[in-house]
Amino acid sequence: MAHAIEVRGLTKSYGDVHAVRGIDLSVAEGEIFGFLGSNGAGKTTTIEILEGFRTRTGGDVRVLGVDPATAPLTWREDIGIVLQESEIEGELTAIEAVTVHAACFAQSRNPEEVLELVGLSDARDQRAKKLSGGQQRRLDLAMALVGDPKLIFLDEPTTGFDPSARREAWDMIDNLRSLGCTVLLTTHYMDEAQLLADRISVISHGEIVARGTADELANQVAAIPRITWKPGTGPAVPGRFGAALEKDRMVIETHDVVEVVHELTTWAKAEAATLDDLEIARPTLEDTYLRLIGQNEPDAEEPS
Amino acid sequence: MSWPAQLLSRAKFDLLIFRRNPAASFFTVILPIIFLLLFTAIFGNGTLASGAKVATFYVPGILGLSIVSATMVNLAITTTVRREKGVLKRLRGTPLPPWIFIASQLMMATAIAALMTFLVTLIGWLVFGVALQWSALPTLLISLVIGTVSFSALGLALSTIIPSEDAAPAITNAITLPLYFISDVFLVGEDIPRFIEVIGNIFPLRHLVQALQPAYNPFVEGTPMEWGHWAVIAAWGTFGVVATMARFKWSAE
Repeated sequence: MAHAIEVRGLTKSYGDVHAVRGIDLSVAEGEIFGFLGSNGAGKTTTIEILEGFRTRTGGDVRVLGVDPATAPLTWREDIGIVLQESEIEGELTAIEAVTVHAACFAQSRNPEEVLELVGLSDARDQRAKKLSGGQQRRLDLAMALVGDPKLIFLDEPTTGFDPSARREAWDMIDNLRSLGCTVLLTTHYMDEAQLLADRISVISHGEIVARGTADELANQVAAIPRITWKPGTGPAVPGRFGAALEKDRMVIETHDVVEVVHELTTWAKAEAATLDDLEIARPTLEDTYLRLIGQNEPDAEEPS
Repeated sequence: MSWPAQLLSRAKFDLLIFRRNPAASFFTVILPIIFLLLFTAIFGNGTLASGAKVATFYVPGILGLSIVSATMVNLAITTTVRREKGVLKRLRGTPLPPWIFIASQLMMATAIAALMTFLVTLIGWLVFGVALQWSALPTLLISLVIGTVSFSALGLALSTIIPSEDAAPAITNAITLPLYFISDVFLVGEDIPRFIEVIGNIFPLRHLVQALQPAYNPFVEGTPMEWGHWAVIAAWGTFGVVATMARFKWSAE
């Protein structure tokens, strides 16, 4: 498959500070790629290098087949960028803001259609400064879409959103798929990456610490399934189960879930013990993620 | 879109943004008119020793102030605000050639400067009887073009040393207000101390005001060529262009 983004051994240093330490990325055409990491992990530095806003120290970068560091302006015809902190001219209405932005491109979509696409048709004549936070981010997206891009950079599109606004934003991003756009989405929310991204790379302290689909990521960290319940009346669970009390719940960690559950319930029935609120759960991806970036924590700030 | 269409579209929206900003409209369009009416009311429109009316000097003086306000002050503030708010960074992420962005700003400033020239001249004529001297019209137009371009360049250059949105109006005022006083804008006559005159001559505004004066001077003969004044203004403009190119930034931080 052709690649919209190819990165090999990318590094970026500011003096002795190594913000990006040799990362590889490849984003296929038409996929939504999640680039996940906490603040200061090197996420924004990397994306700004890909956008052509920053120079790199080393490595090879190709975005739509072109090196962003030396790309001509026409390269930007096919790229849409939603910046993390970029206000819209407050005195312009939504439709005016999209129209004037469309004029930056040789070929562009119809501004009315783009507003429709992001669900802002009703607010078309409202001044940008009067729009709600969520509406302003939609307008951001509309402006990124109006140039009819092949590749869209979305830098933390839902940071600071309330839950319902996040959900709306997610629907919209998911819709980009139908436009055939490739999307590079950065986020520090695992659930966001899990829901939207076909593939995910996790960056921590300037290095990729995990990559794959959401399911593959979950498997990368030895994610031991947990059987838990609320201890009730009746006899205590025998030691052979290896159960431990965590907060108010008994927990057994095991890979052999079926066997252990069978033994446990057989014992409980025989002894008339209660297993209230019995649950079998795999660690959430959020747990996995925290463990992943935790693993890379020690002495990572040391300049190499 | 072709570049002329891009340029027109941007210039149109730049003007629209200006028009919808009440503070910018007030300080750039209304305040100079108030100054013109007020100063002439306070100091009277008597006849000077030369036989010309006082307003003969106030009209080009206030016109000079209007040009500075429409170009340098306007661009220094809007460019700083756009940089700090991320508007410039968003633009830089598009294929729009930077010169179109600069040229549209220049067109906006020129349009406002043209409006102010019309208003100040009209009020000067209707209220104070200061007639435009048609023979010196080319002098006026050349001075306006050189002044508009040069002070626009200085405005962009000034934006590069303004650290934040909040500081923009304060810094531009701190520079322009003293400049008005030493550049024959507010104070007219022969009583100005010599050293003030010397300092005023270093900066471009006094030269602009003096290059604008012939067009309103009833005793003007023919079409004066103000080469000396134009040279000083253009030199400052060139400095503005060079400083802008060396220091211009598309994003905050």
